[in-house]
Amino acid sequence: MRTAEISAPAKQPATMAPALYRVENRRRETSDTCTLTLVPAGGSAPSRFLPGQFNMLYVFGRGEVPISISGDPNQPEMVVHTIRSVGVVTGALIDLKPGQTVGLRGPFGTPWPVKAGYDRNLLIVAGGIGLAPLRPVVYHALANREAYRRITLLYGSRTPNDLLFWKELEKWRARFDFEVHVTVDSARPEWRGNVGVVTRLLRPANLEPENTTAMVCGPEVMMRLTVRDLVQRGIDPDNVYVSMERNMKCAMGFCGHCQLGAEFICKDGPVFRYSRIENLIGVREL
Amino acid sequence: MVESMEELLETVPVFEGLSSEFLNTIAGCASNVRFDEGQTLFEEDEEANRFFIVRQGLVAVDMHVPGQGPVTILTVREGEVVGWSWLFAPYRWQFDARAVESTRALAFDARCLRGKCDEDPALGYELMRRFARVIVQRVQATRLQILDVYGHAHS
Repeated sequence: MRTAEISAPAKQPATMAPALYRVENRRRETSDTCTLTLVPAGGSAPSRFLPGQFNMLYVFGRGEVPISISGDPNQPEMVVHTIRSVGVVTGALIDLKPGQTVGLRGPFGTPWPVKAGYDRNLLIVAGGIGLAPLRPVVYHALANREAYRRITLLYGSRTPNDLLFWKELEKWRARFDFEVHVTVDSARPEWRGNVGVVTRLLRPANLEPENTTAMVCGPEVMMRLTVRDLVQRGIDPDNVYVSMERNMKCAMGFCGHCQLGAEFICKDGPVFRYSRIENLIGVREL
Repeated sequence: MVESMEELLETVPVFEGLSSEFLNTIAGCASNVRFDEGQTLFEEDEEANRFFIVRQGLVAVDMHVPGQGPVTILTVREGEVVGWSWLFAPYRWQFDARAVESTRALAFDARCLRGKCDEDPALGYELMRRFARVIVQRVQATRLQILDVYGHAHS
């Protein structure tokens, strides 16, 4: 029995006005990354979300940024975001303390097509902070374990100290029905795991290309090279999904900041079937 | 059942599809070796008189960075090649290699194999072509690592 079917895609909230959310919990993941748990300040129920969707988080007086939801879609009462400090707003977000408030609009965007992987092997490839938008897929897949054949997570990070969700990775890795491979770009000799780019994990993962659905998220160059490798190994580009990132502002397809060719990343994406955008992803300065 | 060296070589990706004649020749330069956890396979600037193919275990390729100590830049797993400095003069290792865990490997006598390649240019070409592919894959991966795509963005 599938215990945690995800319902139909959440409706796009047609609002530009943020709702108030309170920081319930803040957990430091790495030196520059924190996970915030948010709850509605007014006590109302948060909107349900689907894996891969994002919210616009507004730090008052600083600005608003799109942040993927990294929590469990079956626990929608808590809105969980994993945020890496890369600028003024994200820096302010990871400095928030429990009890402080933020504005939130969302959820927005297209989800990972988790049901496309049913009765197939599910391959999840994450690089760096790209594991955060894919964590809801892992939660969903493990809650519906019998719906999938093999489930494999390949995760690449900069160094061992930059690995996200360390304890969860250990827990996932301990399962007999979930294959987890981790690699880092460089490490001290004390590290006993893999060192090298994430694509080097594809060989030990021993794919069955014709029965595999792949979901890839990370820096664009990492996604491009990973997908190239997956396709070379025989996976149909129609069975590969990527999550794109662009400078999203309105999140509703009005402003055009996130336009990529004919696509608006905020409303047509961020998750795309690779075959739909393969002609765009390699274009320089688009 | 004990496998012959030729049978072992047939299972190694870099030798996949080689004729039995070539495999037989290469097998004449190969031996089985074992390294304990932490044991060194080779060190930077030593003569590159052997190379290895991991059969089981994990090997780290390290570089000593002044002021930082050793940094692991690559790990090599089952079926993969450790070392290509044996192919090119001055035949000196550019990095250190160390067994991260107990490791079994095939070791190849570099002088022996270079001599066989000189005697049989067809074998030399075939080996060079296959090792060039390994080198290209490693260089491409290294480029991605150098890009530091997961690195700390500037505020």
